Amino acid sequence: MSDAATKTTPLYDEHVKLRAKIIPFGGWLMPVQYNSIMEEHLAVRNAVGVFDISHMGELVASGPEAGAWLDTVLTNNVGKLEVGTGHYTFLLNDEAGIIDDLILYRIEEEKFLLVVNASRIEDDFEWLRSHLPGTASPATGTNGGVALEDQSDRFAGLAVQGPKIGELFTALFGQGKELPARNQIAQFDLGPTALWVARTGYTGEDGIEVFFPAAEAPRVWNEILEKGNSLGIRPCGLGARDTLRLEMCYPLNGSDLSPEHNPLEAGLGFFVDLSKPKFTGREILLREKEAGLSRRLVTFKMKGKSPPPRPHYRVFRDGTEAGELTSGTLSPSLNYGIGMAYLKTPAPKPGEEIEVEIRGQKFPALIEKKPLYKKS
Amino acid sequence: MNVPEDLLYTESHEWVRREGDLIRVGITDHAQAELTDVVYVELPKKDAAYEASGTIAVVESVKAASDIYAPAKGTVTEVNHALESNPALINTDPYGEGWIYILKPEDPAALDNLKDAAAYKTAIG
Repeated sequence: MSDAATKTTPLYDEHVKLRAKIIPFGGWLMPVQYNSIMEEHLAVRNAVGVFDISHMGELVASGPEAGAWLDTVLTNNVGKLEVGTGHYTFLLNDEAGIIDDLILYRIEEEKFLLVVNASRIEDDFEWLRSHLPGTASPATGTNGGVALEDQSDRFAGLAVQGPKIGELFTALFGQGKELPARNQIAQFDLGPTALWVARTGYTGEDGIEVFFPAAEAPRVWNEILEKGNSLGIRPCGLGARDTLRLEMCYPLNGSDLSPEHNPLEAGLGFFVDLSKPKFTGREILLREKEAGLSRRLVTFKMKGKSPPPRPHYRVFRDGTEAGELTSGTLSPSLNYGIGMAYLKTPAPKPGEEIEVEIRGQKFPALIEKKPLYKKS
Repeated sequence: MNVPEDLLYTESHEWVRREGDLIRVGITDHAQAELTDVVYVELPKKDAAYEASGTIAVVESVKAASDIYAPAKGTVTEVNHALESNPALINTDPYGEGWIYILKPEDPAALDNLKDAAAYKTAIG
């Protein structure tokens, strides 16, 4: 990932006004925190928080063959995706390595929205474009019945997450409007702006992700902050986004997921439909599954007092090096260190002990089940 | 930012208070504001000797671990154990209860290179 961050979202000026601390992330200048990661994290767990996710990419695939084609390049089963619904899925390379993890929404029978990671927009688009079916038809701008567009610059995106989302939703869209069901997506008007509202998120809390024309971003952002004010809303940065997702053991692309890893070793086989007759990486995954995986992503918590675990710290098992952390932090909700690491198989089971090396000293940790944080 | 007039400052945002032939050291208000949410402090070892500009402690926020450097060569005479159970003292009272350690410098003249409050204010803009 390059530190030469030059891109800004349409909310950059709003972040500066709020005195956010800005950092480079995947080529973008993004707010890591406004005031305190702890405070922002707890606002999402206990009230509601709003995140600028305009850096994420929006690709649109449409046409009579779009669904059938996507089913050959993505791991989850597109055929089972009903109109107005989204699911988590992977884009794999020929070696079954993860190019990206994304949410695919079927917004019309023959029209799909792919919400992809910021640092992967160009790679994803290029991969998908070069794998379109058939030959280009200049007359219709399609390939074999599929039109693919990168609409990332046209969309702003916000994640509004936390237990008070229901109240905020009513305050924004009016009485009688109902939140879409879990994983569903629908359009709602906020003043003159039509918003795609999806009941999805990356925090483990109830919440929505909204996508809408970039020019409207400051107005929508400020209206959400204003209407959420009495509910205790906080603008939240990438810092809280990371601690929230890690408590839920949601993987972060570029850290826990990369072309060096496949979804099975990441423990995300649920989003890979090996019963589909054909998709990129299928044969390799089937072979790996039969031969046995060489490593697995495990989740753990530190046992007793220790410095916070962090990415790249080494993990030992029975005195032998077994792998390294891909994610680690102090959990603001639980107040102890948590993390994820790829370990050699047979990987340890929940309840088993490992050691994390921090500045030359080994600290005990316990393998845990996902998620690390459960709502009480 | 609070920059007390009676302290000395390092380039790396530690403050130094002369107390006879000892110095008390912590991190500045500016540094704690940049780090935010200190969640762990690895203290120096009492009676251990440290080199000037060597890592003597580690202050960790949610996001990152930051090394703290010794302002002069010397021996640690005391550490602030209160930070073990309450690392956030560095955020709430960086120049008071948030102090990190006391050091006996080998050569008191080594402190002459440190910045005064005015120079540190200029440095942090």
